[in-house]
Amino acid sequence: MNTMQPQAVILIVLIPLMSSYAIPLLGWRWKGSAYFIALIAIGASSVCSLLLLWTVLKQGTIHYHLGGWLPPWGIEYVIDPLNGFMGVVVCGISFLVTLSSKESVEKELPEKKVRFYAIYLLLFTGLMGIVVTGDVFNLYVFLEIASLTAYALIAIGEDGAPLASFNYIIMGTIGACFYLLGVGYLYIVTGSLNIADLAKLLPPLYHSKVVLIALAFFLIGTAIKMGLFPLHVWLPDAYTYAPSAVSSFIAPLMTKVMAYILIRVMFTVFQPSYSIEVIPLTVILSWVAAVAIIVGSIMALAQRDLKRMLAYSSVSQIGYIVLGVGLANKMGLLGAYLHILNHAFMKGCLFLVAGALMYRTGMRNIFQLGMIHRKMPFTMGALVIGALSMIGIPPTAGFFSKWYLILGSIEAQNWVFVAVILASSLLNALYFFRVIENAYFEVSRGHPEGEALIEPNREEVPLSMLIPILVLAAGILLLGLFNERIISGILIFALPPGF
Amino acid sequence: MDVFSSVRPLLAILVSLMAAALILVTGKRPNLREAWTILAAVAKFLIVLSMAPSVLSGRLLECTILTLSPGISLKLRVDAFGLYFGLLASGLWIATSFYSIGYMRGLKEHSQTRYFFCFALALSSTIGVAFAANLLTLFLFYEILTISTYPLVAHKETPEALAAGRKYLVYLLTAAVFILFCIAYTHQLGGGLDFVGGGFLAGKGSPEVLRLLFVIFILAFGTKAAFLPIHEWLPTAMIAPTPVSALLHAVAVVKAGVFSCLRVIHYVFGPTLLSDLNLWLMLCYFVSFTIVVGSLFAMVQDNLKRRLAFSTISQLSYVVLGAALLTPMALIGSILHMAFHGFMKITLFFCAGAIFVKTGKENISEMNGIGRRMPLTMGAFAVGAIGMAGIPPVCGFLSKWYLCLGSLQAREMVFVLILLISSLLNVAYFFPIVYNAFFRKAREEEPLQREEASWWMVAPILICALMSVLFGLNPDAFIRFHQIASLAAANIRGLF
Amino acid sequence: MVDYLISKYNYWVYIFLMMLGFYAMMGKRNLVKKLIGMNIFQTAIILYYISIGVKKGGTLPIFMETAPRAADYINPLPHVLMLTAIVVAVSTTGVALAVLLMIYRRYKTLEENEILKSIR
Repeated sequence: MNTMQPQAVILIVLIPLMSSYAIPLLGWRWKGSAYFIALIAIGASSVCSLLLLWTVLKQGTIHYHLGGWLPPWGIEYVIDPLNGFMGVVVCGISFLVTLSSKESVEKELPEKKVRFYAIYLLLFTGLMGIVVTGDVFNLYVFLEIASLTAYALIAIGEDGAPLASFNYIIMGTIGACFYLLGVGYLYIVTGSLNIADLAKLLPPLYHSKVVLIALAFFLIGTAIKMGLFPLHVWLPDAYTYAPSAVSSFIAPLMTKVMAYILIRVMFTVFQPSYSIEVIPLTVILSWVAAVAIIVGSIMALAQRDLKRMLAYSSVSQIGYIVLGVGLANKMGLLGAYLHILNHAFMKGCLFLVAGALMYRTGMRNIFQLGMIHRKMPFTMGALVIGALSMIGIPPTAGFFSKWYLILGSIEAQNWVFVAVILASSLLNALYFFRVIENAYFEVSRGHPEGEALIEPNREEVPLSMLIPILVLAAGILLLGLFNERIISGILIFALPPGF
Repeated sequence: MDVFSSVRPLLAILVSLMAAALILVTGKRPNLREAWTILAAVAKFLIVLSMAPSVLSGRLLECTILTLSPGISLKLRVDAFGLYFGLLASGLWIATSFYSIGYMRGLKEHSQTRYFFCFALALSSTIGVAFAANLLTLFLFYEILTISTYPLVAHKETPEALAAGRKYLVYLLTAAVFILFCIAYTHQLGGGLDFVGGGFLAGKGSPEVLRLLFVIFILAFGTKAAFLPIHEWLPTAMIAPTPVSALLHAVAVVKAGVFSCLRVIHYVFGPTLLSDLNLWLMLCYFVSFTIVVGSLFAMVQDNLKRRLAFSTISQLSYVVLGAALLTPMALIGSILHMAFHGFMKITLFFCAGAIFVKTGKENISEMNGIGRRMPLTMGAFAVGAIGMAGIPPVCGFLSKWYLCLGSLQAREMVFVLILLISSLLNVAYFFPIVYNAFFRKAREEEPLQREEASWWMVAPILICALMSVLFGLNPDAFIRFHQIASLAAANIRGLF
Repeated sequence: MVDYLISKYNYWVYIFLMMLGFYAMMGKRNLVKKLIGMNIFQTAIILYYISIGVKKGGTLPIFMETAPRAADYINPLPHVLMLTAIVVAVSTTGVALAVLLMIYRRYKTLEENEILKSIR
């Protein structure tokens, strides 16, 4: 076990990488194997990530030197509690979404299955690499792996998918290149690319303009990739037109991993005191986030397409996470971390439900849902739970991340943020209850007394799609009830020192 | 105050949750499904009743379920006040369950599974509200109550019903958002959120801040208690089926709002703090406005259920008035009124529902002579109306008596006057109904023979009317309401 | 002032190229021109990185027997990083071209406003 544990750090990236090469090879002969290889690879990574989190919480930060080269000359993978936590989140959601992807891929892109899973697994590799690495340039490499595969996967969808993907390519490349510039600027003044090393070398240089510009580039770059208002323009189209399996994967995960990059840069590479005291970055971030929350919710109100509505809702939710980061106090940051977890579950569940709807009915218009709860009761039940969580009704998970954010805002004596968080709950209620109304009630006619209804046949989605949806919905409830365990068991340790 | 750990509070909540799940599963077999409801109602009542001896002897039963947030847990604690509300809710649920069965089957309603499922869920959350030991637990169950009663309000699924449901949600969710802010701020000020008889916020913040906090708390919880001017959701929600209205008015939602207001007044802020801040008199005037104007609105309503809705708005403000007077007598009166009003109002609503099922009539102007067709029903209605007006021997008189004594204790004569005026207004809007029913002739084409609604409905009506009279004669009958109320009042430190 | 401009000429070049690429990406309507702009943008950054590794009097970072000390080589690390970045840029261009091919097959045009019109 002792020699296995450190290896888990590299295995978590290596297994999906190798498997993604194996898929075209094996898939050339056995088409059905692509799905299973992907599932097994992600499953193996999930096991590794759980192992790593457990080890980190017991023993402290894990360092893994690639190729035996010592840092700061070699590339180093570092797992600390924040990393470990993100790793488990990404792996867990990926596994569930991949489980459900089989049927929808069969239906939407049957002849491209093998290539799809190969690229899909590479996307997963990229995301995991971002999470585990301890080197800023290595992060760029994985960032680009994830981005390129995402561009390709989004482009496979129908309607305006290629154009949406192209817009994403343009904006995403700007984002990644800004990140690269940030790395370059830091390299000029410190000569190092290792995160821990940079953290040591940078404090004497905080007065320098170069370092300031580097942080600015990092910020803009990750903001573009996160979809933080006003750099979110690529997001709605990309999420809407992508195939169901792809949007269910990208929506809960990619933006969160980018938020993780922001947190790493702000709190590990740069000391938190830099962003709070030396430059008023946290203040700016929190106000931008507040605007993002409101604008995202308002735009979501205006949508008729379910996936588009969820996409704008994601823009709003990223605002919560960045608000938590920007509040820069303990409660706010805990709220942000918890929201990363909660939102991954909520959006994963909701997008899977949208995928299930697409699978059974082929359409996404909210107003044509027409009492679909009789045909798909379990799926709609999960939709209700997801919606309640987004609105913030206890005991679902969404309530608790809002609770910590509100506590953080009150601690920071900022009443505007409190008002923003509360107002956005109400806005969320508006557009989610509209969906629930249409799904459960027949809005046009109603049932005056005495009218019996003929029950249409139950036409649920296949089990491989239904089980992940139900697991995620149950997870939303459990995460809410047991959130304190997660906070005190994992997230407290993930806070930067000094909080 | 000995605190004992017991699983019974949690059991009381879980009983109807399990029933809800079973109802969903057995939806296709109505008799079995209804059996779950009745079993759960009886079981819940027995569990709550079993806790009464311990609580009456001075113990507190506590159950910490899990930690919700650093420093705050999901905790249930049965004190006298909570026990009182729990007994009221679970007892009346038994009556409502039987009544619902008669009503839904009498009208051959659709979506009965969803109806009974939401009912069970709503009752779980009501008991959760009753037994909540701190503000966050209260809020959790409060929200589940809102969400679970929404499908009940919008049950008919007509455009009006859906619009009513939307209005319901808008009012209650907006209020919830403000409650959340208050709770978060209280946490920031005080650190803990547990209820303490006599309040725990004294000295925790500056007077202006505490005053503002109190106002927002009362307005926010008061939305569910339907104070004027935030009352509009209640009359609109009358479009729900009558058992739902009975539930909303007598048992769950509005009473939960009032219950929470009382928790805030006496267990979060406390009499000493409120008199220091000079807030109690303002609150008394505010609810007096609701008492009087609510009755005035009631007088002009033709739809029977809407009239009953405004009557509830007015009557529940009695409870808050009693609590706000900060004297022991007034507090006993207000707590008593919670139960007594519950029994009387549920009788009235049940009658309205029975009339609707049998004759399809909703408006008072059409109900001439209905006393001859349905004498049992209208007889019970008359009993309820007498009680509402505060005339002995129905129980309404007792609670009004205590309230008057309480306002005398607080040396504020004006509220005795308000209570008297309100009694007169009650007479003014209830007695015409009774008079028309018995002493006016029906139109010619209507049948004349006696034709009561089914026994599923009439039995609960008669039982509740009987209990109202019984409580008026002996307030400690069966459930020892008076004893529990006195104990609850005694637990609050700092009353005048 | 002029001295300052001339000594930092590498930065000015890279900034100019980056802005050129940026303008092309944002301002042009034709998708291929956007792609070209993206390429220029990425190339600018590559040039910048390489330029920061230069040393006065340094020689190419290829190990030779005759070269005296390590300090005489220009910094090879940016070159290594930029090899990766070039690969990334090429892959991005490849993906973008594939997507453009899909767009062209579907809409028969590569002008952004015409495509948007045909979607609406």
